[in-house]
Amino acid sequence: MQQPGRAAEIKANGIGKSFGSFRALDNLSLDIGRGEFLTLLGPSGSGKTTFLMILAGFVQPSEGKLFSDGVDITNRPAEQRAAGMVFQGYALFPHMSVEQNIAFPLKVRKKSASEIKQRVGEMVERVGLKGHEKKLPAQLSGGQQQRVALARALVFEPGVLLLDEPFSALDKSLRGQMQAEMKRLHQETGTTFVFVTHDQSEALALSSRVAIFNHGKLLQVGRPDEVYDRPANRFVAEFLGEINMLPVKGVRPADNGATGLCEDRAVNMRCKAEAIKGDAILAIRPEDMSIAPEASVNQNGIAATAVASTYLGAATKLDLTTRQGAKVTVSVPNEVAAAALSKGNSVWLTWPAEKGFLLPDGGQ
Amino acid sequence: MSGTLSDRMGAALLMAPLLLFLVLAYAWPFLGVVKWSFTLPTPGLGQYHALLTDELVQSVFIRTLRIAAIVTVVSVTAAYAITVVWVRGSPVQRVLAEFCILVPFWISVLTRAFGWVALLSNRGLINTWLQSIGFISEPLTLVRNEFGVIVGMSHFLIPFAVFPLASAMRSLDERVLLAARGLGSSRMRTFWTVFVPMTRSGIIGSAMITFVFSLGFFVTPAILGGGRSVMIAELIYLRIFQSPDWGLGAAISVVLVVFVGALMALLFRYVKPKQLV
Repeated sequence: MQQPGRAAEIKANGIGKSFGSFRALDNLSLDIGRGEFLTLLGPSGSGKTTFLMILAGFVQPSEGKLFSDGVDITNRPAEQRAAGMVFQGYALFPHMSVEQNIAFPLKVRKKSASEIKQRVGEMVERVGLKGHEKKLPAQLSGGQQQRVALARALVFEPGVLLLDEPFSALDKSLRGQMQAEMKRLHQETGTTFVFVTHDQSEALALSSRVAIFNHGKLLQVGRPDEVYDRPANRFVAEFLGEINMLPVKGVRPADNGATGLCEDRAVNMRCKAEAIKGDAILAIRPEDMSIAPEASVNQNGIAATAVASTYLGAATKLDLTTRQGAKVTVSVPNEVAAAALSKGNSVWLTWPAEKGFLLPDGGQ
Repeated sequence: MSGTLSDRMGAALLMAPLLLFLVLAYAWPFLGVVKWSFTLPTPGLGQYHALLTDELVQSVFIRTLRIAAIVTVVSVTAAYAITVVWVRGSPVQRVLAEFCILVPFWISVLTRAFGWVALLSNRGLINTWLQSIGFISEPLTLVRNEFGVIVGMSHFLIPFAVFPLASAMRSLDERVLLAARGLGSSRMRTFWTVFVPMTRSGIIGSAMITFVFSLGFFVTPAILGGGRSVMIAELIYLRIFQSPDWGLGAAISVVLVVFVGALMALLFRYVKPKQLV
């Protein structure tokens, strides 16, 4: 068992899991640092929850090894792993009061009555459930149940806290509130958090690192800005948010980056072109493009015509078609969008060289 | 359940034959029994007064309650174990458990009672076997007493006790059990502190059904009790068919029905009917 109050460091080595002929997880290796907030992100069936269940000890991997603080825990049963876990739907004990739910892991550990009372009291205070101690879970709101689940999972100071889509049942405003609260709990406890979600904005907002899964494979791990700005492939690029894809021809290395032809104009990219030569796909986020009346020769730019706009409040999403028929979406200030639409004729789309990147898989 | 008016009328139509049958075959004749209890042999509350003073009737009532309580504990405990295997066991275990639960329904209560006589009597299988291995020298009295009645009744009632328990265990959220284990609780502790309390409604339902059934048992105690362990249903039979004491028999019947009705009302305060199947 890990020492209480100490964040755990986890190492997954070549973890695989098959359910019959279905390959749920394939050759996954991942280091989770002490005190890290790691999000496992992916669509349903991508293997992220399977990996979480393997970390918890509820699912036995078909192959590979799992280490916690350097100790092999691959075959250690869940009840001896001492990982705190918050389930989807919370999985509170319906026959126990808030207090009894939170005291459960301490009772299991045979703590003294006075210690249990003190730590449960602290935890109740910390998650803001004072006055609700004697209530049953069914008498609480969704957000309050969520807090009980967090308190119950953290009260015994586990080395790692595992969270399986904990906010999926909450409405949007409550969700934002709980996210902030979880960030605070992470800072206060210093415990390693491993968080599963399929919501990319949640993943980017909360984590110190994001691990993106698809079809049982770990595609990329990195800081939120890394995976957002420099996705390893098209799936990651598209899963993390809207993105424009433009074909570029004749890609070759150039001064501090690469250069190529996009819609018959020379464009520059800051990313390395070692692996990519010839035809490729240039990807640019909508918010990184701007509308300009014209583009100078040494500026990245293509001509396009605005076709439709969607008002989003803070900004407007503008849909355009390039001369060669590619569809592009940009996010621009509302008045810029209105002007571009009213002009009817072509405008220029420009972007800084460091914002465009080549997809190594050629966009396939 | 919500439905359109025609849906509800359709349901009412489908239920009507059963309801009509119950009224004609049970409710109406029972009103006759109620009438006897107040009129035979003379009009008045005489028979109910006799119930309160007759020591034989009282001892049979107490024995019936005692046997029903013991049978309930035995049946629900055994049924709980079988149901855990049926609902949560491996596929092979599930099939075996299902077999054990369903087969008894195909064998008549009479056959089963005589089967137990063959097993439990002085020269029955169990005594012969125990004597042959030298475990006992004199046969044990296993039948024609309360013990035999309890064995036979429990055997009959276990399958009935299974269904409310199965319903409760099936509706239990698997993640709650995982949560308990994840929080460090052993399988044993999880079973006693989480699984059992969460199936409470099933245990209540199962116990009530078994208890109510036990109160009205006739054939099994008559055969396995051998006249030495008379229960209330047998007493009613004796009063009505073997002595001219119809009024007392009728009064005992009424008390039994009222008692069972009260128990059922109590049951449905804690458990919804659909939790029992």
